[in-house]
Amino acid sequence: MTAMTVAVVGAGPSGTRAVEVLVRAGLRPVWVEEAPATGGRIYQRPPAGTTRSPRDLYGTEGAKAEAIHAAGDRLRAASDWRPGTLAWNIRPGVLDTFRAGRHETVAFDRAILCTGAMERIVPVPGWTLPGVFTLGAAQIALKAQGVAIGSRVAFIGTGPLLWLTATQYLKAGAAVALVLDTTPLRTKARAAAGLLADPATFAKGLALVARLHLAGVRVIEGGTPVALEGTDAVEAVRVRDRRGREHRIACDAVGLGFGLKPESQLADLAGVPFRFEAIERNWVPERDRAGRTPVAGLYLAGDGAGIAGADAAELAGARAAWAVLEDAGAALDAAEIARLDRALARLPRVRAALERAFPYPSALAARTPDATIVCRCEAITAGELRAAARASHVTGGAAEVNRAKAFTRVGMGRCQGRVCGPPAAEILADALGCDVAAVGRLRGQPPVKPIPILAEAAE
Amino acid sequence: MRLVRLADADRPRLAFTLDGAPAEALAGDTLLTAILTNAGHVRASEFGDGNRAGFCWMGVCQDCLVWVDGLGRVRACTTILEPGMAVRRT
Repeated sequence: MTAMTVAVVGAGPSGTRAVEVLVRAGLRPVWVEEAPATGGRIYQRPPAGTTRSPRDLYGTEGAKAEAIHAAGDRLRAASDWRPGTLAWNIRPGVLDTFRAGRHETVAFDRAILCTGAMERIVPVPGWTLPGVFTLGAAQIALKAQGVAIGSRVAFIGTGPLLWLTATQYLKAGAAVALVLDTTPLRTKARAAAGLLADPATFAKGLALVARLHLAGVRVIEGGTPVALEGTDAVEAVRVRDRRGREHRIACDAVGLGFGLKPESQLADLAGVPFRFEAIERNWVPERDRAGRTPVAGLYLAGDGAGIAGADAAELAGARAAWAVLEDAGAALDAAEIARLDRALARLPRVRAALERAFPYPSALAARTPDATIVCRCEAITAGELRAAARASHVTGGAAEVNRAKAFTRVGMGRCQGRVCGPPAAEILADALGCDVAAVGRLRGQPPVKPIPILAEAAE
Repeated sequence: MRLVRLADADRPRLAFTLDGAPAEALAGDTLLTAILTNAGHVRASEFGDGNRAGFCWMGVCQDCLVWVDGLGRVRACTTILEPGMAVRRT
């Protein structure tokens, strides 16, 4: 048992709790993290010498961030900690990594992938202009760098992160020009009963909204972004309110985001099958409640295994580590596993309510104007994608996203379709008149992120 | 566009060069912060559709790639500035 090598990829809430359980069981896991420090994106750390308190940095989640950071600090020495390391490929029993200009392979007996999430986008005309960032980017800029993305910021999208980020900007002293939520108030009200299954989070959400209203921030619920305008950088947003009236609001930066999607490229490369999760409207890798995948020795935890949030990620990380120990025949703490299982079993109901409260505006994505860029890597427009879909009726060609990629290069760029994947699928499905699940998902390719060719050749 | 410093602005100043011209930023800054507190964009789209200034700030979108002498092409949003770095946008 002590000879078993467990690799944990990711040092956010799930990776940290997974390593904690493994270390407590007497193992010394290999811990691979792309960032220089533990904490993940949700609890990303500020620059050294910050004068801000955890409460300033992480709001109501300050204590949780501190606990995750403390655990990470403690566990670095107890593990084979590899910060600044990109795991760019996974093969049976081997991770290919890149660290400080060097290529290294990491052999493992079992691996837990805790690769986290990224933002889901709707391409709005003008969204490639300088000054337009994701909501997550706006938030990371503030907490990890102490900067605002502009001096007058418009926040557009839907989901808890929209309201949270806008409130954090307000609190930090930035001018918030607009908060536009594409979800109408009545949709959120209908989901309220389900959200009340987690009253603390529900109350936090209401407090955020109240704070923005109290501060006199312009808030539009059930609105639609029309265009982000500017020549060298974004200068204004044009939006429609729920009555269809158009407004032009001056700003010098935009935070844009419509919920989250799993970062699941490594699970894909490992051969884990995916299924379309209709409520979340994401493709998610298959795993059981404990995090076991159909691929032997491979486990998943956290948002990379399906969006569930940071609290859930901590539970899932610990549970996946127990699954590793169980499958290896190690000693188990049955009471602790039962506690985790009970807590994890409560999650799907709350998650479903959140997804219903803040749905991905698929119709808006499907209606992306022809001239608007969908794939920012390759500058492919919605019109080019539709043309490929039309051609498919003749040639039997682009009826699936990977075929559309071959025809148009959509998703073929450096980000491998991480950003354009969901809206490209909505546009294609709409043009073909089929369900979005029927057009499939863009497959991952190694390396999952660009790495220098010279480093690759150095092996 | 310019990033606006709202907190932790009393960190030590670091000199670097941006496209050969002298520039300054703070210890702990990513290259994205260092560039966008000095200039309005990070790169130009290869397809002629205009300048870009990053997007995701978490190493996934690859829309903030710049060159650093000695390091090659890096993601500006996940690379920490070091004193004297020569950063090039083209």
